[in-house]
Amino acid sequence: MGVETSAWSPYRAVLASRLRAQRAYPVGFVLDVLGSLLVGLVELAEVWVIFSNVRVLGGLDFSAILLVFGLSNLTFSLADLFVGHLDTLPTYIRAGTLDAFYLRPLPVLGQLVTSELELRRISRIAVGAAALAAGLAATHASLDLRNVVLLVLAVVFGTAIFAALFVCAASVQFFLINGAELTNSFTYGGSYAASQPASVFPGPLKLLFGYLVPVVFTAYLPTLALLGLPGPAGLPAWLAWLLPVAALWVWGVALVLWRWGTRHYQGGGG
Amino acid sequence: MPADLRTYLKLVRAGFAKQAHYRLAMLAGLGTNLVFGFIRAAILFAAVTSAGGSLGGYTVGTISSYVWLSQGLLGAIELSGRAEVGDRVRTGDVAVDFIRPVDLQTWHLAEDMGRAAYTLIPRGLPSVLVGALTVGLVLPRTPLPYLLGLVSVVAGVAISFYCRYAVNVLGFWLLDTRGVRTLYTVTSTFLAGLFVPVSLFPSWLHTVAYWTPFPSILQIPVNVLSGRDAGVDAAAALLMQGGWLIAVCLVGRALTNAGRRQLVLNGG
Amino acid sequence: MTSGDAAAAADPVGEPIIEVADLTRTFTVRRRGNGRGRRVRTTIAAVDAMTFRVSPGEAVGYIGANGAGKSTTIKMLCGILVPTSGRVRTCGLDPLKHRRELSRRIGVVFGQRSQLWWDLPLRESFSILAAIHRLDGAAAGRRTEELVEQLEMADTLDTPVRQLSLGQRMRAEIAAALLHSPDLVILDEPTIGLDVLSKARLREFLIGERAARGTTLLLTTHDMGDIERLCDRVLVVDHGRLAYDGTLPGLAGTVGAQRVLVVDLTHPTGDLTGIPGTSHLGSEADGLRQRLGFDAEATTAADVLAAVADRADVRDLSIEEPDIEDVVRRIYRSGGGTSPP
Repeated sequence: MGVETSAWSPYRAVLASRLRAQRAYPVGFVLDVLGSLLVGLVELAEVWVIFSNVRVLGGLDFSAILLVFGLSNLTFSLADLFVGHLDTLPTYIRAGTLDAFYLRPLPVLGQLVTSELELRRISRIAVGAAALAAGLAATHASLDLRNVVLLVLAVVFGTAIFAALFVCAASVQFFLINGAELTNSFTYGGSYAASQPASVFPGPLKLLFGYLVPVVFTAYLPTLALLGLPGPAGLPAWLAWLLPVAALWVWGVALVLWRWGTRHYQGGGG
Repeated sequence: MPADLRTYLKLVRAGFAKQAHYRLAMLAGLGTNLVFGFIRAAILFAAVTSAGGSLGGYTVGTISSYVWLSQGLLGAIELSGRAEVGDRVRTGDVAVDFIRPVDLQTWHLAEDMGRAAYTLIPRGLPSVLVGALTVGLVLPRTPLPYLLGLVSVVAGVAISFYCRYAVNVLGFWLLDTRGVRTLYTVTSTFLAGLFVPVSLFPSWLHTVAYWTPFPSILQIPVNVLSGRDAGVDAAAALLMQGGWLIAVCLVGRALTNAGRRQLVLNGG
Repeated sequence: MTSGDAAAAADPVGEPIIEVADLTRTFTVRRRGNGRGRRVRTTIAAVDAMTFRVSPGEAVGYIGANGAGKSTTIKMLCGILVPTSGRVRTCGLDPLKHRRELSRRIGVVFGQRSQLWWDLPLRESFSILAAIHRLDGAAAGRRTEELVEQLEMADTLDTPVRQLSLGQRMRAEIAAALLHSPDLVILDEPTIGLDVLSKARLREFLIGERAARGTTLLLTTHDMGDIERLCDRVLVVDHGRLAYDGTLPGLAGTVGAQRVLVVDLTHPTGDLTGIPGTSHLGSEADGLRQRLGFDAEATTAADVLAAVADRADVRDLSIEEPDIEDVVRRIYRSGGGTSPP
């Protein structure tokens, strides 16, 4: 117990304790990491199987698809690392842990987010990063300032977009007991859509995943911009530079939903 | 024997009725089915078109059928490694189940059959309907594929159950089956041909897949139902399913007996 | 000016630490009506127009049957639940608007639920809480040591919380709730499941803590021993309504529960009936021992004894207090009639 009393110290304390707790179960941890690794590899295999049959899909070849796959997986896994546990909100409610959050002088969402840090996601993050690196190499993309900035934007705000989706999913759980089934459609559905070339999507799907749940911004649009490709109708490549706007939009929705959710919970809907 | 059959039919009905409480979750599951269906359809249509209109024997129409039939069957097939018996083994309650005059494996099979049957209503048929009304799909015009398909679906559901049962029964030895179940989920969804039809796999992977029961769970029923496997092919497919059904069932029984002995020796 | 404000203005002692005025909380319950498919919506008042005030430093017992509305009231006091109507102020704050500020001034223990970190050593829970409450490092260390010593938890500090026994865990929860030295401590069923010795130790600790810091205590419990030992005031809630607010002996008097004087006489005597203010409950051993019930509000044990001594030689005596469980049961019965939902 040091003398620090900064605003971050309680969060740091809880996170540090979660890390220590996970170190306590090394065997289980290793198995989890391997499991996550397998999930990442199998997802890559699914993409690869399609490309063993066709050379180009949605205007992108396999090396370009690696970029899309890499960026979407990397950003989704990073978000999963930080806030993936949010969809277990019903467990927190049942155990009374959420009530315990209300009794502490910290924001409830902040406590929820920092209550867990699942290190096993590390392996999927590695898979995503590896695919991204491989894609960059295979497409011979030049790493000039513009492209580096673009990549940084994509990783940072892409993660933010997926994190916001997890918060939306958690908020829904306040209203529906089995809300997880419903939220899977936009969290995991969003992740799936993000790893595909959006040029193959019909109009409604482009609208859904391009603008409403803007996961297309996390990987496809940055890839187009990186490779200097024009982009399909409705999703021009220059939109990639509006990544922060997309992230702001989703986070706005997420916080509103969270507000509604907690109001509902305090209104006796628990 | 007839008395036993009546008991199992009751269990099937119980499994069916239990799902009625989860209507909202079912609808939500349908929503997820549809979202994934539209995405998969978009990708595979593009793939078929990119290959010139025919890919591995699939046209845009038939691959649409594959997408929507497989999405529709997802609820019944339950590819994730979950099984109710797993919870009972974990908590040790299974010891009580062994005392009952009902075979543990068949009892859970019966309930799972009822559960699967129920899911076809809110998730199975609507998925196919939505697919047909939106992007269109090609379905057989004769009754035989549907009859054979029904048999194949039932077999697929049963094989899926026996596989999940075997995985969960490992809980007699493993403290936590979560790792094994995750492994099962990942492998089964991939090799069952959920995201890409198995026939599109490169030949070595194709062989690997057919050395597992997983294609018999989803790919085969979809093939038979859509008429892709017809006549002799359908007969061969059903025969293969039958083989896997018996094999996985026996594995499950062997594991149960071993687990029971383990329970008795170690006091649970 | 609301009634609450008026009452506060009239009270010269100072601001109450808990102030509840016409507090109501209803729930809509959807039940299947007769026949399938028809859902009947009924509204249940879990808390019904409750009004009471607690001054700083008091120790209040809050008793009632299960489902009578105790936990609901506590949740509203802490800001976890929104009242349907009425007014609630805890430590002078609106619990909903000022949740975080309030949480620095109150400590809450929910008997059935844990606020500690399950798989970490107890020591870590304390250090995390100290960080959460922004306690100064040295002061936090001293306070933790003090609590650990008084609650005799030194040998459990390095044990993961999930491995603690119920008694050890309850002590840890209370220490956790008191770490930041709150002005108000709310305990919801803290002694449930504890053995007699643990209960006694816990009660002594709470008494000591109150004496040292003047902490206000609000305690819900089914254990009358807790109330008798810890509280100088009792609130009885029945079906969401406040059925009684006063002292514990007064409680017995309210329902006409009687104290009993048991006299052992030197010679066998006939039944001692007719003594004013008493009812003859029974005689044993040919009248050697007789039991006389009397109303504590109407007469005193001394008067009854004097009257008995007039009529017979008393060799020994004892007094039985009314069974509190019985008293509370009577209150429930007189208040309601139907069992709680």
